[in-house]
Amino acid sequence: MSGVTPKIEMKGVTKAFGRKQVLRGVDLSVAKGESLVVIGGSGTGKSVTIKTIIGLIEPDAGDILLDGQTILGAKGAKRDALLERFGMLFQGGALFDSMPVWRNVAFRLLQGKQKRPVAEAREIAVEKLRRVGLSADTADLFPAELSGGMQKRVGLARAIAADPEIMFFDEPTAGLDPIMASVINKLIRSLVAEMGATAITITHDMRSVVEIADRVAMIHDGVVKWEGPVGDIEHSGSEYLDQFIHGREDGPIEAIR
Amino acid sequence: MTAIQSFLAAIGAAVLGLCQAAGALTLFTIEGATHIFRPPWYPAEIGRQLLRIGYFSLPVVGLTAFFTGAALALQIYTGGARFNAESVVPSIVAIGMVRELGPVLGGLMVAGRVSASIAAELGTMRVTEQIDALTTLSTNPFKYLVAPRLIAATLAMPALAFIGDVIGILGGYAVGTARLGFNGATYINNTWNFLEGDDISSGLIKAAVFGFIIALMGCYQGYHSGRGAQGVGRATTNAVVSASILILASNYILNEMFFAG
Repeated sequence: MSGVTPKIEMKGVTKAFGRKQVLRGVDLSVAKGESLVVIGGSGTGKSVTIKTIIGLIEPDAGDILLDGQTILGAKGAKRDALLERFGMLFQGGALFDSMPVWRNVAFRLLQGKQKRPVAEAREIAVEKLRRVGLSADTADLFPAELSGGMQKRVGLARAIAADPEIMFFDEPTAGLDPIMASVINKLIRSLVAEMGATAITITHDMRSVVEIADRVAMIHDGVVKWEGPVGDIEHSGSEYLDQFIHGREDGPIEAIR
Repeated sequence: MTAIQSFLAAIGAAVLGLCQAAGALTLFTIEGATHIFRPPWYPAEIGRQLLRIGYFSLPVVGLTAFFTGAALALQIYTGGARFNAESVVPSIVAIGMVRELGPVLGGLMVAGRVSASIAAELGTMRVTEQIDALTTLSTNPFKYLVAPRLIAATLAMPALAFIGDVIGILGGYAVGTARLGFNGATYINNTWNFLEGDDISSGLIKAAVFGFIIALMGCYQGYHSGRGAQGVGRATTNAVVSASILILASNYILNEMFFAG
């Protein structure tokens, strides 16, 4: 990646909640069009890492750059412009349960700078639903009427509705059966490739890692312990990564944290 | 640490916690209030909240007002009889309902119904990351969630209080004519003649303030809800309790202001 400005770069990012130091200096970079998967055990700071990038959590120190420009402290129109470049799939879907599926998907297209006429927004929503494997009949249902897998797909359709250039996936296969998990993984991979988007996925599901990643970063205890191409994870030389991917109790990562 | 030091430390921690909570609520109020006046606005959301906070609270406010007016008529008649002043029942019921009981009891009933519902809704949205999702979809949660509820409650409460006043006076009228032997036309005349514009306006102003408080406490507690079902439950309880206390406290302050004026 040397010589090329990374799409996203984190430099020494730290974050504490009260006395609990979650991030202790995260350094991470993602190239344009690359799919980075961040792995690590529960409570090691994976979610906090992507939430600091997207601006949901403000880091205590360090810098976050997008195309070489700092994005920390962006406010007002600048922040809105930044957010328009992002799409995010939340762990539980985070669908708005007060509105039907199509309004969830088209939410961004029904207001703000990207506002379209209602009929057009609905048409785009139905098309995005079709893209993630859901029929037009789903559009008028409410999120509570959908299965977990369908909710994830709707969340995915919402994330891609405005064709973002950077996408974040938070535990995309959590709570899904292995078949549905594989379907979602492949969908993410194909969508990211098709849109030419840069993607950051956080997961502790090794199958997702193999199916989604170009590169892998492992976070433990608030720092990146290993980073490299997905093909290298089996012979990384990192005790942390070895223990994690083989699910061993013995090693530098304490089983009970 | 000695027992005295522990005791003082506990008091200090409580005072610091109180100051922190007051500061956080003040900042939340300022941010919420400023978004009322700054675009973009969400008229569909405001309309939905007006329906939910105003229209659907009508039965609760109406029933409360009717029985309060009826009970007030009986009490004033009993008290007035001691001074041979039974004839004051219509005017006292009207003044009591319009200036005090209509807005305050209506406010407390709506606080129980609406504050809890707003806190539970926003709390669930917080816990399920729906508020975070709004942000990632380039939508400011204060503009989309908080401001419409503040606007709707501030507009709906005076309307509810006004309807409550009318129903409360009707309650007094029903008891006055059916149980206490008042002539219907005389009762209405006495009500109308003794009621002044200031009585009505002060009650409506109070109701608007109570409406703002109800929505504010629901939004504040829900927005800062803790994790899980327990966190949402606590937010709901805190919303009702804090809204009720603030309504009663602000009622006294507003009464002092109107009294001085």
